[in-house]
Amino acid sequence: MKADIRIALVGNPNTGKSTLFNVLTGLNQKIGNFPGVTVDKKVGYCTLPDGRMAEVIDLPGAYSLYPKSRDEAIVFSVLADRSNELNPDLVIVILDATNLKRNLLLYTQVADLKIPVIIALNMMDMAKKADITIDVDAFAEKLGVPVVPISARKTEGIDKLKEAIAFANKIALQQDSIDVEALAPQLIADIKKEIAVANPYFALQLAHQHETLEFLSSEQSDRIEELEKEHAFHSQKAQGAETMARYNFINDLLYDTVTKKVTAEEESISNRIDKVLTHKVFGFVIFFGILLFIFQSIFAWSAYPMGLIADAFVWLQSNLHQYLPVGPLTNLLVDGVIAGLSGVMVFIPQIAILFGLISILEDTGYMSRVTFMMDKIMRKVGLNGKSVVPLIGGFACAVPSIMSTRTIESWKDRMITIMVTPLVTCSARLPVYTLLISLVVPNKNVWWIFNMQGLALTAMYLFSLVSAVVVAWVMKYILKSRERGYFIMELPVYRTPRWGNVLHSMWDRSKTFVFQAGKVIIAVSVILWVLASFGPGGRFSKIDDKYRQTSYQKVAPDSLKRMIASQKLENSYAGMLGHVIEPVIKPLGFDWKIGIALITSFAAREVFVGTMATMYSVNGSAEKMESVQQKMREARNPDTGEPVFTLAVAMSLMMFYAFAMQCASTVAVVYRETKDWRWPAAQFAYMTVLAYVASFITFHVLK
Amino acid sequence: MRLSQLKVGERGTVKEFTDLEMSVKLMEMGCLPGEEIRVDRIAPLGDPIAVNVAGYQLSLRKREAATIVLM
Repeated sequence: MKADIRIALVGNPNTGKSTLFNVLTGLNQKIGNFPGVTVDKKVGYCTLPDGRMAEVIDLPGAYSLYPKSRDEAIVFSVLADRSNELNPDLVIVILDATNLKRNLLLYTQVADLKIPVIIALNMMDMAKKADITIDVDAFAEKLGVPVVPISARKTEGIDKLKEAIAFANKIALQQDSIDVEALAPQLIADIKKEIAVANPYFALQLAHQHETLEFLSSEQSDRIEELEKEHAFHSQKAQGAETMARYNFINDLLYDTVTKKVTAEEESISNRIDKVLTHKVFGFVIFFGILLFIFQSIFAWSAYPMGLIADAFVWLQSNLHQYLPVGPLTNLLVDGVIAGLSGVMVFIPQIAILFGLISILEDTGYMSRVTFMMDKIMRKVGLNGKSVVPLIGGFACAVPSIMSTRTIESWKDRMITIMVTPLVTCSARLPVYTLLISLVVPNKNVWWIFNMQGLALTAMYLFSLVSAVVVAWVMKYILKSRERGYFIMELPVYRTPRWGNVLHSMWDRSKTFVFQAGKVIIAVSVILWVLASFGPGGRFSKIDDKYRQTSYQKVAPDSLKRMIASQKLENSYAGMLGHVIEPVIKPLGFDWKIGIALITSFAAREVFVGTMATMYSVNGSAEKMESVQQKMREARNPDTGEPVFTLAVAMSLMMFYAFAMQCASTVAVVYRETKDWRWPAAQFAYMTVLAYVASFITFHVLK
Repeated sequence: MRLSQLKVGERGTVKEFTDLEMSVKLMEMGCLPGEEIRVDRIAPLGDPIAVNVAGYQLSLRKREAATIVLM
């Protein structure tokens, strides 16, 4: 879409910036990447009253242009770098009218960059309730910029804001807030000359941030470093002095334009809610209740829509097989591509539900309280209070859970959470564990009520959580971070959730998953399908010929079909790979048949059961396991005559599935969230190594 | 007197900071010398704490609160 004017939205977190973005652009948004960071680039379009089209960019929330994280650093790069493809013609600074003082700090910084600015004074309704009177005209006059009072939640004042955008000047007219040049006169003058910038505040920001700015060449950066040494510039001291000067300006401004009726200090509603929600006992009870609810909804309730989606695809596949001409192309389309698409779509209910719930928790302000309550224990193991939600969600599925780590602000905490979440026992491991446990663990009760199989399964669940915590603790020391581990965090007042935002986030996340992670998942699905459905040379046609012989005519057509499928799988490329990796997996107690299952179940862990069914040519699926179990129990090693699935092998196999990254969808989503292939690669590597070692030890101890 | 030594409900006025890097971040968040600060709540596990400053609620760890010197 061609836009006539580009606008950037800038503001503190919790000021209603995303709400305003949604109100301005509706569903006319697209999500992309900022290079080098994990935060999403949200761009939307909005038609102005004069018919022009405006491109709106939602920049990450920040308290200041001095970034606390890499994500926040985007704000300055986009605003200041003229060559940045997103550099705006106009900035809308959104201010929370109930907390103007802190909000104005960022405004004064942006204004001093001398980009045309409009102020959107949000939450005017809340300010009125809190008896805050703002003389908007005087406020606008003192700053020299248009000020539009709005309430984004109630969509009040939006038309006025659009008019103001349409009438906005192309040149910056705002008043200076502070005397920037007084902060470091010679240095600013020298940088202005050296880098050819006209704006003194831009020059000063370059002095502070030159080491991390992408748009500076290394020569320019080195030159700035030299100049800093020459003028004995101390970045932190200068920042402190600047902040003090800005707050002096803000205090004067607010003294003249804002009055707050001083009432007898009564306890705020938020405080009263917090007395319950962060209570020593009730706080945790309520939190675990909420976690249980989230878990239940993505584990159990999403099963119905997921079943519907899966059934719809099965119906589509069988119909396509019926109506399309028989041939490899049809098979590729139906069993490769459409099966892969089904594997992508089936995640949507879980993603939509989890993000619906999480955005309610975020919107109400409860998520910050979770961090507040859990910080002390979680930080000991290198995690964040907010890591609890993805970890518990991981019991259902790692895919939506890893997507939900975006609520974690600290880069390091977020990466560690992403790295360990797939260790938690997800629902796809359940059929694998159930099958293997019922093979080797007797179905007996101990101590009256505890079923041994149930205990074994519970042990696997607890074990997964423990291993995730241990790995997180180790990674805390491995992962280097340039960010210092601050906690300083705003606790926003409780608000009712904005349902529009909740729906937006459900839609956004599902769409992003389908279009970005979906590609990888479909590609892997097609590759695995090709590996399992084709064999070298004329092996497949020989099998077909063999079973066409008269001696096989007496066999029931169903079991004949299964015998052919089993033989074909053994002779396919996947089957050959199973043989190839046999020497590697033999020390773990696995034979080539298990090797094939390990390869095919990379599409999704539960495929293990289906592959085993095909290998032992029985009609089996995750729901009907008895026949598979029977065959696996009877399976004998052709050389020794011993059973294949001994306690040692089954346990070793469970350990392998507990640790190995046997899930293409997770790999795809980790790539999508970290935007760097090295992360999923490192994750895949460490998990495979752990899996191998754990299986090896288990097998040799139990043998 | 440090901020970390206050009990719930007690208040003080910010005098200075002992950690330069932390002070820059705290001042950006509106926690400046001369501001009144009140401890609203301590997390159930004893850390972090929630304080009221500059008209809103800020949460910080005790170790961080210990860098704020009160008058």
